[in-house]
Amino acid sequence: MNAPATPAAHIGPPMWLLAEVTYRCPLHCVFCYNPVDFARYEEELSTDDWLRVLREGRELGAVQCGFSGGEPLLRNDLEVLIAEARRLGYYTNLITSGVGLTEARLDAFKAAGLDHIQLSFQDSSKEINDFLTHTRTFELKQRVGEMIKARGWPMVMNVVIHRLNIEHIGRIIEMADQLGAEYLELANAQYYSWALLNRDQLMPSREQLRRAEAVTDEWKARLAERMRILFVVPDYHEGKPKKCMNGWGNVFLTVTPDGTALPCHTARMLPGLDFPNVREHGLRHIWFESEGFNHYRGTGWMKEPCASCDDKENDYGGCRCQAYLLAADPDAADPVCPKSPHHAQVAAAIEQADTAAPSTKPLIFRDPKESRRLCGES
Amino acid sequence: MDGTPRLGHGFRFQWEPAQSCHVLLYPEGMIRLNRSAGEILARCDGSRDIAAIVAELEQAFASSGLRPEVEAFVAMAVGKRWLRLDAPTP
Repeated sequence: MNAPATPAAHIGPPMWLLAEVTYRCPLHCVFCYNPVDFARYEEELSTDDWLRVLREGRELGAVQCGFSGGEPLLRNDLEVLIAEARRLGYYTNLITSGVGLTEARLDAFKAAGLDHIQLSFQDSSKEINDFLTHTRTFELKQRVGEMIKARGWPMVMNVVIHRLNIEHIGRIIEMADQLGAEYLELANAQYYSWALLNRDQLMPSREQLRRAEAVTDEWKARLAERMRILFVVPDYHEGKPKKCMNGWGNVFLTVTPDGTALPCHTARMLPGLDFPNVREHGLRHIWFESEGFNHYRGTGWMKEPCASCDDKENDYGGCRCQAYLLAADPDAADPVCPKSPHHAQVAAAIEQADTAAPSTKPLIFRDPKESRRLCGES
Repeated sequence: MDGTPRLGHGFRFQWEPAQSCHVLLYPEGMIRLNRSAGEILARCDGSRDIAAIVAELEQAFASSGLRPEVEAFVAMAVGKRWLRLDAPTP
């Protein structure tokens, strides 16, 4: 048997550095992918920490840099970070709800060289789940959208789709067109974190999905010249596992508000893995040497049915977090795969969404108080 | 084909030392370019029309007859929105 080569010999550089600069957020989205226990991690990295992370990521070869959260606008050093990222040669992406965005702030981002803003729509109100009836949200996005376009940025919008808004998908697309969107991502909620807590209320039926896709296709044909539309189906309905994060530790490097480095933004939920912190290690060590990043690289960690599966190089066994959440085993095949011994759970959830009466369970809104309750503090 | 190509809205073109190639960056994505695509795109900055780009390339690489290749690339790139083609000034 050959001696194992040093991992670094086979590992390419990260392409993406995702800077989750804060878990603070003015919104309370029921499908938020931030960890349910985010309230544990209140101590945010300093400006200097982030500047170092940006430099080290660029030295590794990362090209795309995303600023997200939480709501990244809540960091008052955001323009400093963007300016440094741009200076280093990253393509800089700001992922924001637009809440709190002012003309002055946008001017500062423009001066910093920000390349792209992705404006996301959420259910921002606790009272009204159907944000389309919530005029204030629409007016805010309209105002922010106009400010973005006036400064020459491409208009890129993201809307999370779920059972409570999926019937309105035609109106959502129409609204995006009215706002002048050039790209529109209609991303069905994926069931992790807060969205998993609210899965019964959020998961659409197959019929709803089919209709939504058909309506989207009609709009795609109609708006082909003006707008690119991407419709992302929920994993549960895809019928096969996705190549999660394009491979573990292959493309993405996420740094969380407290400095924990992750191969994907939800991986911190996985038990038994020790994820490094940028306060203690440089990104080069983290990317190439750390146990957390090497653990699920490649296919060596797999067990059956993945280990002998013809698709293992295509999907890498799907999503580790979904395996953990549904099969209680992060080494298992992603249960969305029909070959998974736990697939019945996914099938049952789909079946329930198709047939059950609307859930009367109250939605759990993402906020620090709920987070502390859910992680057993009070 | 005539006109002056410039980069599409939101695209950025740069040399990546870590990958030893030119890349085209856009919102949340990247295209790695081969050498000839890189050489053409480097000149699509809105200041040269296609004839000027062809002339520069033919001089730089001491070759001739590059126009069809440049036109085919520009047409493809416009189709993918990497480039916009400004109409020739009359």
